[in-house]
Amino acid sequence: MSQATEHYYVPAPSKWPIIGSTALVFMGFGAALTMNKLPLGYSLLGIGFAILVFMLFGWFGEVIRESQKGVYHAQEDRSFRWGMTWFIFSEVMFFAAFFGALFYMRTFSIPWLAGEGVGGVDHALLWPDFTGDWPTAGPGFADNFTPMGAWGIPAINTLLLLTSGVTITLAHWALQKNDRSGLKLWMLATIALGVTFLGFQIYEYGHAYADLNLKLTSGAYGSTFYMLTGFHGFHVTLGTIMLIVIYFRSAAGHFKPEHHFGFEGVAWYWHFVDVVWLGLFIFVYLV
Amino acid sequence: MAVVQDVHGHVHGHPTGIMRWIGATNHKDIGTMYLCFSLTMLFIGGFLIMGVRAELFMPGMQIFEPEVFNSFTTLHGLIMVFGAIMPAFVGFANWQVPMMIGAPDMAFARMNNWSFWLLPVAASLLIGSFFVPGGAAAGGWTFYPPLSTQGGLGVDMMIFAIHILGASSIMGAINIITTILNMRAPGMTLMKMPMFVWTWLITAYLLVLVMPVLAGTVTMLLTDRHFGTSFFNAAGGGDPVLFQHVFWFFGHPEVYIMILPSFGIVSEVIPTFARKPLFGYSSMVYATASIAILSCIVWAHHMFSVGMPAAGQLFFMYATMLIAVPTGVKVFNWTATMWRGSMTFETPMLFAIGFILLFVIGGFSGVVCALVPVDIQVQDTYYVIAHFHYVLVSGSLFSLFAGAYYWLPKWSGRMYDETLGKWHFWLSMVFFNLTFFVQHFLGLAGMPRRIPDYALQFADFNMISSIGAFGFGLAQLLFVYIVIKCLRSGEKAPDMPWDGAKTLEWTHLPTPAPYHSFETPPVVKF
Repeated sequence: MSQATEHYYVPAPSKWPIIGSTALVFMGFGAALTMNKLPLGYSLLGIGFAILVFMLFGWFGEVIRESQKGVYHAQEDRSFRWGMTWFIFSEVMFFAAFFGALFYMRTFSIPWLAGEGVGGVDHALLWPDFTGDWPTAGPGFADNFTPMGAWGIPAINTLLLLTSGVTITLAHWALQKNDRSGLKLWMLATIALGVTFLGFQIYEYGHAYADLNLKLTSGAYGSTFYMLTGFHGFHVTLGTIMLIVIYFRSAAGHFKPEHHFGFEGVAWYWHFVDVVWLGLFIFVYLV
Repeated sequence: MAVVQDVHGHVHGHPTGIMRWIGATNHKDIGTMYLCFSLTMLFIGGFLIMGVRAELFMPGMQIFEPEVFNSFTTLHGLIMVFGAIMPAFVGFANWQVPMMIGAPDMAFARMNNWSFWLLPVAASLLIGSFFVPGGAAAGGWTFYPPLSTQGGLGVDMMIFAIHILGASSIMGAINIITTILNMRAPGMTLMKMPMFVWTWLITAYLLVLVMPVLAGTVTMLLTDRHFGTSFFNAAGGGDPVLFQHVFWFFGHPEVYIMILPSFGIVSEVIPTFARKPLFGYSSMVYATASIAILSCIVWAHHMFSVGMPAAGQLFFMYATMLIAVPTGVKVFNWTATMWRGSMTFETPMLFAIGFILLFVIGGFSGVVCALVPVDIQVQDTYYVIAHFHYVLVSGSLFSLFAGAYYWLPKWSGRMYDETLGKWHFWLSMVFFNLTFFVQHFLGLAGMPRRIPDYALQFADFNMISSIGAFGFGLAQLLFVYIVIKCLRSGEKAPDMPWDGAKTLEWTHLPTPAPYHSFETPPVVKF
């Protein structure tokens, strides 16, 4: 039960949401045009993206300034915690859709196409030679590819992300002890690990396209592989940007040992990205 | 801008001009915008379906090319679900949740603004898609592949509109959850919260659970369309039926997202006009939670005819029928609340009772549809159309009208015209049943949905249904007139226009509710 001693902070009317909506008008129409190879698409998309970045800087900047002014007390802090928790939960469900697709294909649709259970007739009529061994590009694509092994770069990446989970915790402990140089050091280490992870991921994609003939168009395996690792990589990118922002805020003297939700929210997000990777490592690379 | 901040950073005063609306951080202003947006969308979606009913007025092809007809039915569904019904409930939540729990505003006031202002963006994409080459999406509001992997620019605009609507819903839901969990006044324990707040809390959980899955679904559809993935393509090892699974994993809880807040509104209206406390409050809470949990494990009952193992059909059939139990608890409780109450029948009460009666018919036809052998017969017929309009129109929409008449005096400080309100109810009631009751017979006789022409034997009932639809559409114009009349020249509402209202917005606030309510939380004692 909230025992509010101060007034809850309700901000004055803000221009940032409508700027964000303007960005999305451009991006929505721009993306639709781009994907249909129509003129104007990229320019609209570019303008929209620029406005979005401007909005994010402005909006988050305003929240940071408010935080520095000290308008956020215990009750606002709890709101941020609830908000971030449920945001991360919604992200988990977003990944669940893609994991669900992977499991469905491997458990149901591919065995059915190979003639198991209810799929007998389809198999005999359409693709009698299809055996349904995973990994597969599906019965209709005669595309030979080599699947991505687990024990090369992916294993190293697992180690990198797990280590980064440790370093961000060390940074948190340093912050709680008001050890500012330790905080900055461990933040830098976390950022370096995140960037290295992304570098390896980009290298892995290049390797897959150039040497393994493993593409987004490589049927069931290619679709799930790139969708899951790609959206994960996108989230690592976002997380790394958030870490960099937090690093600069730490360097500027923000955050107090007892009041630093901005830091914690990013740490939560980073751990979430880490856990999703473990799921990926097991279900996309290992089994 | 006439805004003054005190030392706590708290906003006082009353912003004016266009920035009051564009930059709004006040939950009441944002709620008003949600409600106006939703009403506009109701008429746009309604206009589309008037076109459809005009085409179906008699057999043969009269007005539309089949492709245009299909885009009308498709956009009617999308606009009504995502543009009319869902935003209307969020509008109610914005107005009512902070007042009912004694909070000064929503937990995230600026994000609240963005949740709203994303809606016109998505609406412009959806409605704009009618005017692009190839026209709007025409594969039905459920946009199953392969139809939706084949369409043109309009389908992509629909996909991005759904992404944006999803972002709006997720932000709205997180805001509502946080507000309810963190902003309640001292003494307002969870089990003392008004039912409307409870139903919205559970609805918001459902939203954060399933809207991201819908985002993932349309993302897979997009990559299948443009980037060569094979999620929904059997040649690549995927399956078009996979789309249906992920879509309905969102889609079935979505049904309850649109009806649970209705239950909340009706659970506020009935006790007020029966002048008795809600019968079985805690069982109402548990029933709502049970419905929400069950709603997540019944999705494949939308897919009985696409082919699935018998064990799957049996599981989804029995799980679906199980929902009738908590729903029955609710109907029983509403009825028991009215039992021997000193009832009066003002417009909100009429709509609430109409809701119970007709929603139960929709619920029963839902149990019929849940039976696998019956569903295989009625799948994609007008029986299904009749079923879900009984729960969505005479369920969700009627409860929205009940809520609107009930709280309009609190929001505006003025009374609506009771006679006209009753006219609105009775016209809606008669024309609604005229439109949809006959569709049960059409469906049982085998008339398929989403087809612009039909065999001669369906002609009479289709003509009746079309007349009903036109009447129902016109009756809703009366609602707009009643609201405008109320706002302009309605007589002043007393602080407590309803005898039996017991929630904080009636007991602790003047009428009309002040622009900033509960800046200092009230102490709640029951």
